[in-house]
Amino acid sequence: MGLIEAQGISKTYSFGEVEVRALCPTSLTIEAAEFIAIMGPSGSGKSTLMNILGCLDKPTTGTYLLDGVDVGGLGRDERAEIRNKKIGFVFQGFNLLPRTSAIENVELPLLYDGLSAQDRRQRALTALKKVGLEGREDHHPSQLSGGQQQRVAIARALVNNAPLILADEPTGNLDTKTSAEIMDLFVKLNTGSNITVMLVTHEPDIAAYSRRVIRFLDGCIVSDEVKKAS
Amino acid sequence: MINIPSTIRISFRALRVNKMRSSLTMLGIIIGVGAVIAMLAVGTGARQKIAEQISSIGSNLLIVLSGASTSGGRRMGSGTQPSLSLGDAEAIKRECPSVQDVAPVLGGIGQVVFGNMNWSTGVTGTTPSMLAVRDWNLSSGRMFTEDDVKGATKVCILGQTVVDNLFGSIDPVGSVIRINKIPFTVVGVLEIKGQSPGGQDQDDTIYVPITTAQKKLFGTAFPGMIRMMMVKARTVEDLLRAEQEIAELLRQRHKIGQKQEDDFTVRNLTQMLQATEQSTKVMTILLGAIASVSLLVGGIGIMNIMLVSVTERTREIGIRMAVGAKTWDIRLQFIIEALTLSMIGGVAGILVGLGVSEALALFAGWSVIVSPFSVILSFGFSGIVGISFGFYPAYKASLLDPIEALRYE
Repeated sequence: MGLIEAQGISKTYSFGEVEVRALCPTSLTIEAAEFIAIMGPSGSGKSTLMNILGCLDKPTTGTYLLDGVDVGGLGRDERAEIRNKKIGFVFQGFNLLPRTSAIENVELPLLYDGLSAQDRRQRALTALKKVGLEGREDHHPSQLSGGQQQRVAIARALVNNAPLILADEPTGNLDTKTSAEIMDLFVKLNTGSNITVMLVTHEPDIAAYSRRVIRFLDGCIVSDEVKKAS
Repeated sequence: MINIPSTIRISFRALRVNKMRSSLTMLGIIIGVGAVIAMLAVGTGARQKIAEQISSIGSNLLIVLSGASTSGGRRMGSGTQPSLSLGDAEAIKRECPSVQDVAPVLGGIGQVVFGNMNWSTGVTGTTPSMLAVRDWNLSSGRMFTEDDVKGATKVCILGQTVVDNLFGSIDPVGSVIRINKIPFTVVGVLEIKGQSPGGQDQDDTIYVPITTAQKKLFGTAFPGMIRMMMVKARTVEDLLRAEQEIAELLRQRHKIGQKQEDDFTVRNLTQMLQATEQSTKVMTILLGAIASVSLLVGGIGIMNIMLVSVTERTREIGIRMAVGAKTWDIRLQFIIEALTLSMIGGVAGILVGLGVSEALALFAGWSVIVSPFSVILSFGFSGIVGISFGFYPAYKASLLDPIEALRYE
């Protein structure tokens, strides 16, 4: 059974009389430890898919099994718990808490998991080490470079040992060199720790790091290619 | 599971980040709590003072004055007609069920001499009941007895002011003083009572047996006549009934017809003072209520700032929700922030209130009493204000859509 099994999920937003279809009914199966890039122009439905897969949003139709659990019908707090345990998010704009040290940013998911302060610190330090930021745990985001901030965000996504990382244009705000470093880190996590990485990107260079590319257009999947192992 | 200590830490950090804003918000609560405490202290102080005055004249007290005499068409004022007698006093005590005790009074001014010292003071002839009627005790010696009254012996007890003026630091009990040239033996000294509600020094007095006053000091053409009597009713509730009973009895004894005017007056001092106390109580409540309004305004200030804070930190809320914060995690965070603002403001407000009360006592000379009740009340109230005005912003924050919140600029 796959990590993600989506059957005919779709999303329709209604603005009064007008209904806008953001995602056609889509079926998708993703196995554990896959590395997937989702590509497509703006408004093609890729962000909507990510929000649904990330349990931030509910599909209008269809069923969605994450790690064997039907999460389509769960309530707000139940979805929050799924996000906390199963999913790590990495955003284009990093989305770290300002005026808060790196380690406290990384500890954030553990805070909502009821761990003791000592355990939190220990796991946050381990996660920071994994992304190569040991020694910088007390730096605030404003004292870190863009690449380092994104590493903190990745450490935050790792800290709860989530099997799935959803990254929404993780390199969109970074220069080429730093982008490459961040992508190398994703590859390392994917192959080394068997974490499923799913990222949205516009850039073919970034998509090239993945082993499977799904393309979207106007809310529907137009292609889904698995690359031959190189 | 909600992690309270961490939530508290998160809240504290958020408040520290905006020091200026946090302290201005607290200022509203500080002023509110301070005002409540100071106003209640002023009110309680005033009430306490009046209560002290009531107990200093004696509780449940009625005063019966003899009537006004008329001389050549000119009315002379109450107490001038010799209409009250010792017999009346005894009859009241005997026959009025609501009356606990009666002390007749016949007094005047006397020149008092001891050794080379002399002093002019009020000399009051009365009976041993006086002490019970006026809730007064002796600081040394004894009260003169009923036998002294029967025998019209020349004994007296002194108020502290008289002792200070004649004896200095010498113990006066046993000494002989002269009142209007007549020698009296001092048998006791009264406790210090302080000022009367009218501002008179109640300790500047001498008590002698009433018969002695009648026969030896203030000789009168009407034997057995007294100027007034002080009557103690059994309870506060009995005051009005006692007043009626006394009036009825005296009209009967004095043979006053249906249409004739009374030849005596009954005054109810306690009731008058109690009315004052009542109005002070109302004033205290009013002051407290007005001060509470400022506490309420402070609470609205907290709500205002919390709403701004929620809007400003929409993205932070989105991040927290994305990594797993549940509805109540977010709610508690903002409620605790509001509560922290109001509680710290409350503690500071208590200090300000204590300071203001102290300053009022010191510079304005008001009697202020900070009751623990008012401190607990205003602190508790500020806590309630924090929770109730923090709830709406917290509720609003918890209902944000994480997707929208994450996109918020």
